[in-house]
Amino acid sequence: MKLKGTVFKYGDNVDTDVIIPARYLNTHNHQELAAHCLEDLDSSFVQRVKQGDIIVAGSNFGSGSSREHAPIAIKASGVGAVVAKSFARIFYRNAINIGLPIVECDAEINEADQIEIDFDNGKLHDITKNQTWDFAPFPDFLQQIIAAGGLLKSISGGKA
Amino acid sequence: MGMTMTQKILAAHCGKQSVNAGEIIMADVDLALGNDITTPVAINEFEKAGCTKVFDKNKVTFVLDHFTPNKDIKSAEQSKQIRDFARQMGVVNFFDVGEMGIEHALLPEKGLVVSGDLVIGADSHTCTYGALGAFSTGVGSTDLAAAMATGKVWLKVPAAIRFNLTGQLAPHVYGKDLALHIIGLIGVDGALYKSMEFSGEGVSTISISDRLCIANMAIEAGAKNGIFPVDQQTLDFVKEHGSRQPVVCQADPDAEYERVIEIDLSQVVQTVAFPHLPENARTFTDMPEIKIDQVVIGSCTNGRLEDLQIAAEIMKGKKVAKDVRVIIIPATQKIYLEAMEMGLIRTFIEAGCVVSTPTCGPCLGGHMGILAKGERCVATTNRNFVGRMGHTQSEVYLASPAVAAASALAGKIAPAV
Ligand code: SF4
Repeated sequence: MKLKGTVFKYGDNVDTDVIIPARYLNTHNHQELAAHCLEDLDSSFVQRVKQGDIIVAGSNFGSGSSREHAPIAIKASGVGAVVAKSFARIFYRNAINIGLPIVECDAEINEADQIEIDFDNGKLHDITKNQTWDFAPFPDFLQQIIAAGGLLKSISGGKA
Repeated sequence: MGMTMTQKILAAHCGKQSVNAGEIIMADVDLALGNDITTPVAINEFEKAGCTKVFDKNKVTFVLDHFTPNKDIKSAEQSKQIRDFARQMGVVNFFDVGEMGIEHALLPEKGLVVSGDLVIGADSHTCTYGALGAFSTGVGSTDLAAAMATGKVWLKVPAAIRFNLTGQLAPHVYGKDLALHIIGLIGVDGALYKSMEFSGEGVSTISISDRLCIANMAIEAGAKNGIFPVDQQTLDFVKEHGSRQPVVCQADPDAEYERVIEIDLSQVVQTVAFPHLPENARTFTDMPEIKIDQVVIGSCTNGRLEDLQIAAEIMKGKKVAKDVRVIIIPATQKIYLEAMEMGLIRTFIEAGCVVSTPTCGPCLGGHMGILAKGERCVATTNRNFVGRMGHTQSEVYLASPAVAAASALAGKIAPAV
């Protein structure tokens, strides 16, 4: 799988409370959640984001609450993938379980750069800067979940 | 090579002699938990996958605690979805208004978790039960759905950091101070993906209530779980609250730890985490004057009877500072009742506090004490992220019930003396 998109750049410890504040957790409608994605960190994000754009952040992305509403909001807002130096563990498993592509990679990428992610070969290419980084592919077990389109699909044999 | 306590429990739950850090396992769960925010998402996934019954009616539990008693129509709809589903599935341990309390205070109290268990919950503070020598960790709604269907969860076996505790905490210093001290030391991702294993002779001096508080905060250091060895205190607690037999797992003497951190408990002092990260730990030796608008004493971190006793002792016969709103939230119905019988509720009300029915409420900025722009709150909760308790320009300072009570009286952040 390959993905190409424009970068939205954020720092360390982007927590799930700023990704989707609790005041919006009285719904789990994907589009309603997407309408408030990252609102408390970057109030213009939802206006600016386009289908396939990529979030690039620092360490411990998605820290805090277990709310799956966070990766759901990101995915439903059109974001194609999230690249971070490291992910908080519950966000990491939630992203895999719902099929939001994530990449753990310490790359120096700037806001608004065009980047391309080659998941099969573990390459992250910054087209704007013409620079490439390698990242480790997921273990086989997780790749199976991703290939099936999420955890429930992988255990239900594609029904979910 | 030896295994850590966490690894032993994981091995026992996937039918293996031993497991290694980094290995991915499919483990059997003893209990799968969901709350009123995370369960609706899980139900949808469960139903989409064509599942029609939960794997074990006794091993799935739902607690409606975050937005209950329901704060608005949308949260009422979400709770209704769970109420209907729980009835339809015959879920035995379904806790609604009247019976519910904050999930992580409620489950140990109801005896639903014992030592040696493997518990997952679609709530990040599920790590709380490590206090009882169980492996417990937070997961997402899809994981909960899968566990509801199959009774299993995929887990990566974590490496561990060992905290060797010696000595004893000084007066007015509690588990909360130790938790904030540790997070200040290693940072909010200092234990990312790892288990935090507490050991050493100092453990026996820490009450179960404080252990629950410390294990609860393990996630604030990024940890997968925090776990305490099982001692007589643990066994007594488990026996008092339930009927299931505990299983005692111990770390092997040659277990491998990525890091060992020595902590002399007598050196830990009253600690406050400044906005907007739990790692911004400060002590009273270097603290500016911080005037406050609100105090919250409650949550899964510090809403237990012991916490209310500590706060009441400080407030007894005194009045909270003018212009400070003080909200007390007993974490469960049982705690509420006991606090009433002990006269604590009277103490709080006479001091000028309000006392609420059990709910997460303000802890996550849900209801019952939301902050306006520029307001400051001292809270015994566990997170002080941007906007956590209300406006993005409000501030939350995390502290022990003792510091919170002292601050309520002083109108500014103050140590307990
Ligand atoms: S009290 Fe706060 S931290 Fe605990 S479960 Fe409720 S919202 Fe989460």
